[in-house]
Amino acid sequence: MSDRVVQAVPTTADVVHHHQPPQGFIRKYVFSLDHKMIGKQYYALALVAVFIGMVLSWLMRIHLVWPNWPIPGLGLLSKVGAPGGVMTPEYYLSLLTMHGTLMVFFVLTNAPFAAFGNYFLPIQIGAEDMAFPRFNMMSFWTTFLAFCILIAAFFVGDGPPIAGWTSYAPLSAVGADAGPGQGFGQTLWGLSIFVFCIASLLGALNFIATTLDLRTRGMTLSRMPICTWAWFITSCIALLAFAVLLPACLLLILDRVAGTSFFIPAGLVISDRLQPHSGGSPLLWQHLFWFFGHPEVYIAILPAIGIVSHILINSMRRPLLSHKVVIYCMMGIGFLSYMVWGHHMFVSGMNPFSSLMFSFPTLVITIPATIMTLIWLGSLYGSRLRITAASLFALGFISMFVSGGVSGFFLAQPSIDIYLHATYFVVGHFHMVMGVAAIFGVFAGTYFWFPKMTGHMMNESLGKLHFWLTFIGTYCIFMPFHYLGLAGNVRRYSAFVDDFLVPLIPVHRFITIAALCTGAAQLIFLYNLIHSRFRGAPAPDNPWECTSLEWIMPSPPPFDNFGGKHVVVYHDPYQYGVKSSTGDYLMQNSPEQVEVRT
Amino acid sequence: MATTIQSPETESKKPRLDNGNSGGGGLRNLGPTNGSLKLLEDFSPEPSRTGVWVGLAAITMSFAAFTSALIVRQSTANDWHHLTIPSIVFFNTVVLLASSITLEIARRRVAEFARGRTANRSTPLAWLSATLLLGFVFVTGQYIAWQQLRAEGLYLASNPNSSFFYVLTAIHVLHVLGGLAGLMRVIYILRRPVLSLRRSTMDATSYYWHFMGVLWIYVLLVIWIKL
Repeated sequence: MSDRVVQAVPTTADVVHHHQPPQGFIRKYVFSLDHKMIGKQYYALALVAVFIGMVLSWLMRIHLVWPNWPIPGLGLLSKVGAPGGVMTPEYYLSLLTMHGTLMVFFVLTNAPFAAFGNYFLPIQIGAEDMAFPRFNMMSFWTTFLAFCILIAAFFVGDGPPIAGWTSYAPLSAVGADAGPGQGFGQTLWGLSIFVFCIASLLGALNFIATTLDLRTRGMTLSRMPICTWAWFITSCIALLAFAVLLPACLLLILDRVAGTSFFIPAGLVISDRLQPHSGGSPLLWQHLFWFFGHPEVYIAILPAIGIVSHILINSMRRPLLSHKVVIYCMMGIGFLSYMVWGHHMFVSGMNPFSSLMFSFPTLVITIPATIMTLIWLGSLYGSRLRITAASLFALGFISMFVSGGVSGFFLAQPSIDIYLHATYFVVGHFHMVMGVAAIFGVFAGTYFWFPKMTGHMMNESLGKLHFWLTFIGTYCIFMPFHYLGLAGNVRRYSAFVDDFLVPLIPVHRFITIAALCTGAAQLIFLYNLIHSRFRGAPAPDNPWECTSLEWIMPSPPPFDNFGGKHVVVYHDPYQYGVKSSTGDYLMQNSPEQVEVRT
Repeated sequence: MATTIQSPETESKKPRLDNGNSGGGGLRNLGPTNGSLKLLEDFSPEPSRTGVWVGLAAITMSFAAFTSALIVRQSTANDWHHLTIPSIVFFNTVVLLASSITLEIARRRVAEFARGRTANRSTPLAWLSATLLLGFVFVTGQYIAWQQLRAEGLYLASNPNSSFFYVLTAIHVLHVLGGLAGLMRVIYILRRPVLSLRRSTMDATSYYWHFMGVLWIYVLLVIWIKL
């Protein structure tokens, strides 16, 4: 009895058109229109940003526990902010602001969404490029411009802004009176985010049009891999979220440079000076910002959810318990993300009834998140998981997502949040569920797709070592944050001025050491990345025996992806656990018919 | 084409394979049994047409944000001074609506030309140029409206009403300028000796332009009622 019937249908349809690869250096590596190069550019930018952001966090952690130790070289960066290498409290806030802004915008938005999405979304749907390659190039270079504007804040006036990555008005709106860095530095911050919004909108538009219009023959929506779905849903969220942050930044900049009063109330005295404004609403900024800010959390985490699901399915060699329910859950999270922004504002003086209205949908979000987690765990149960660096990081993602998410239950209740809001509890919560979880998704994606992107395998042993050090390290850093928060340790203080905080200093010291060690462990990753890029073993076309379309092409893919042909897709994305001519899986473009092994 | 052809065996006559409990988890084998892909092909419109709708959604969202900012700002304001809309704004409105009509005529003439019903390229070009001209008249008119406000002593920072007036109208004008750039591109492509204007490009440009008219009516209503 044969399991398969080979049919007289082509695997690729008629040749459409063939592009010549660009020849010059500039067109090939700098102003490239190729989605793969643009994806790599985004990845490189995210690497630079994450390195700077991590160093900033080290500086803050060191200052917290050894406040009088002059950090070598810091004095050169800012003579005013860190005279002799010892930072002032204001400079601590500057570093905090820059850390948050770099990480949220230029790492968590860029790496899982823009970098991997650009590289793999067109390939996974069988397209030869994005719908609008020029927009794509513009969106990367606009992002780069935003990055440069932000970094410039280090070197102008009295340094970077101190208002935090959320830049709460009115202190972010009034100008230099609000403290060092609130002059030109804060204006640069506003400008940088304004430009970043434009870039993200262009990117989101491109992703949506590509997904809807450029799918190849047979690639119905339900046959798209789960990470393609995640990028698509994320781009829908990003489109509407950044479209709100853009006007907010414009109004903030106008308040700062044109003397308008959108966010600055009347009679406001700052630094003994009556501010020449009237009638503005500081809460308005928070509403507009968090209307963007909460969906932004999902812009960071949904692509990671997609990447991790994709990798887990591949490593388990069987589909998820329900592929569709995970997609519906991602849609549900995306939809609900627009109804919960007020849970960031429980202590802002908002009407308590509004708090209740925001608390309810926040708790509802835990339902799709829990369903997804249960589907992952249920699918993992009893599977013979292939342990690779990628699958380890995927498991690590689930762990972080759950550990960080559980504290969300507490914070979603206004009465508990009032106590915890301004403490390290919140810092621990969002670093785990949004920061580290998304970064684990990026690591998983890197170990998984690196062979395809470069044509070289990464070193698996180093990858696993990197995983264990990072996994243990991040728990050592962020779990004690919750304890600190419960003990009443307030956020954003650069020193322990209150007596009741002094007993907590050993915990802080432990966290700082853990942070330095975990950061150092990332050097293993960096070494692996660079060494494998040049010296890694050559990668076969499909090293992980994966079914989606990126694995039918050579590693690295040619300039025009499928050689100017349209791939024809015959199957749902995850045909694992079957008996086919290739083994226990069936490529999406394979015309074979197989019987499901039960 | 190079694939081996085998006669279908008995297994292929089985009903669609399904393990019965997969909930659609990728286990269903939806490959067409007779090789026909007709049922599986998605309806795929041109990217530019989809792109313009997506872009318009983002613009709508931005103006929704401006509107909610205006409502919140008004609710907390003790400095709300109603402003008189400069009279030229109503003239501008008529001009912008007229430009939508000329563009629609142009679009139909372009379609006739593209289908080969007429070899007359100058008629669509004339209507497109008229639209372009009306667009520029609108932008100039808005500039004059700002001058009128300035003459009254109302600047961007004078009071929240003037702030919102300038911001809303200026952002709208910026988007109109984008539409004008699109129109110029269409005219440029249409003037080429060989017709290379895609229908989707023409359609996307005109959707965008008509939306600018709709958006302007909305902005005008907001200004009229709220400011």
